Amino acid sequence: MSLLELKDVSMEYNGKVKALEHINLSVERGDWVAIMGPSGSGKTTLMNIIGCMDTATGGSVVLDGVDITNAGRPELMRIRRDKIGMVFQQFHLIPYLTAVENVMVAQYYHSMPDREEAIAALARVGVAERADHLPSQLSGGEQQRVCIARALINYPVLILADEPTGNLDEANQNLVMQIFRELHEEGHTILTVTHSPEVGAAAERCVVIEHGHMKAQ
Amino acid sequence: MFLTMVFYSMLRRKTRLFITLLAVAVGATIISGMVTVYREVPAQMSRAFRAYGANLLVLPSGERTEVSEERLKEIRASLADYEIVGIAPFLYDTLAVNKQPVIVGGTDFAELSRVSPYWQIDGAYPREGEKEVLLGSEFAQRLGAKKGSSVSISAGEGKAVQNYTVSGIVRTGGKEEQLAYVALPQLQRMTGRKGAVSLAQVSVVADGEQLEEVVSKVAAGTRDVTPQLVKQIAHSEGTVLGKLQALVLLVTLVVLVLTLICVTTTMMAVVTERRKEIGLKKALGAGNRDIVLEFLGNGCLLGAFGGIVGTGLGYIFAQSVSLNVFGRGIEFSPLIAVFSLVLSIIITGLASLIPVRIATGVDPAIVLRGE
Repeated sequence: MSLLELKDVSMEYNGKVKALEHINLSVERGDWVAIMGPSGSGKTTLMNIIGCMDTATGGSVVLDGVDITNAGRPELMRIRRDKIGMVFQQFHLIPYLTAVENVMVAQYYHSMPDREEAIAALARVGVAERADHLPSQLSGGEQQRVCIARALINYPVLILADEPTGNLDEANQNLVMQIFRELHEEGHTILTVTHSPEVGAAAERCVVIEHGHMKAQ
Repeated sequence: MFLTMVFYSMLRRKTRLFITLLAVAVGATIISGMVTVYREVPAQMSRAFRAYGANLLVLPSGERTEVSEERLKEIRASLADYEIVGIAPFLYDTLAVNKQPVIVGGTDFAELSRVSPYWQIDGAYPREGEKEVLLGSEFAQRLGAKKGSSVSISAGEGKAVQNYTVSGIVRTGGKEEQLAYVALPQLQRMTGRKGAVSLAQVSVVADGEQLEEVVSKVAAGTRDVTPQLVKQIAHSEGTVLGKLQALVLLVTLVVLVLTLICVTTTMMAVVTERRKEIGLKKALGAGNRDIVLEFLGNGCLLGAFGGIVGTGLGYIFAQSVSLNVFGRGIEFSPLIAVFSLVLSIIITGLASLIPVRIATGVDPAIVLRGE
């Protein structure tokens, strides 16, 4: 059974604006899939649906054997917390918490904060020595690596990355992509949304969306 | 982790912390100060009212015309629980001063100066043990006597005539100006009424209810005397105090509402500022309960910090009001401090409710949309 199965998924806002139409997508465990497309194509809407932050108005979505098509907010929150790790283009670290505390926040909402485990996650992405620094004291690349450590800390079945290199210079972009490659090699399932052809090319499979329709897979 | 987030969300955002804390502390200062003033006003005003004379008379009961000095001592002892400003005994008798009949009052001038500080003396009260007399201004004018004049006092025809020096002239605006006053023991000797007084004027720091208690206590102690409230003083005191307390209460309530609005606005600004952070936390798996607890925790902590600062400043404020208005300091009240602290926490907790409701409505998708 696929880890993620989208069948005929559509999304309409106010019954008029069609953001997505008849999307079919299957992601196996260990896959690395890139979702590409121009601005306004519906990539973010698709990410919101897969990331359990929104529900589709049509079709069905099954994640790790759980049908989330018509799940309520509390259930979506639980699934998001237990099964998904998120990496954001703008990092979204909590400004008043240190790097390790930012990782521990994800642990706190999931189960129990464990500083040693959080430090190990930071070490995994090469920023353990920056554990006690605030986000404002970290470079963009370091912040994104903290963000990846936070996404990994609860052992998610799916890593959702929204333009993970969008705010990084080339050196840091390469560093982050190397981490994604390693995660993929370790068997993590990764879904990235990107404009970048390099990031798209690094994935095993590329899905192109235009005007809410899937153009190529 | 909860405490880490609650503490550091404030401590590592010092500007916001300062502004919010200022709002809470100012509110707590005013509340603590006003509650202290509200509580202290009756006592302070009662003391201030004591300058207007006695609020209780002790008169002989029934057919009696005199009260013994011993009885007055017992009454003073029975009122040990109250703040007695003074008990001035008075013995009245008609004597001849420079051969003119006049009512002479014998009293304890030290007590009299405490009970009736409004008496205006041109000169001084008669000194203890000296043959000195205090003349009412009207009577002094009739005699043509001045401060330092010598007058003769006789208890009646055929009785010894004694010379007294006028130590001062008294003005009160009342009937006291028609009388003459000498030391109580001297009048008792002259009239042969040793140990007797006609009445006593009592000045006691007490509000209406306490005064009634005092009256009951004096009445219960003996059948020889009848305690009688000086109605106009007690009534005016009660009326003024009631109005003043109502005013302070009203101001306190207005400040309470303003503080609530001020803190709510500040907390709403905090929520708006942290909207993205709330969205992120929800994206990471925080439930509404987690968000509510964090913001309420923030609010209560701010309330506690602001309450502690405000309670201290409020005491200083109340102390300053009391010293400037009543010329007398006030004691620190732990009860008011705890009340003010708890009230600050409750107010900031309540003020956090609307912002918290807004916080729970934040859509986690905003972090993916980059809004």
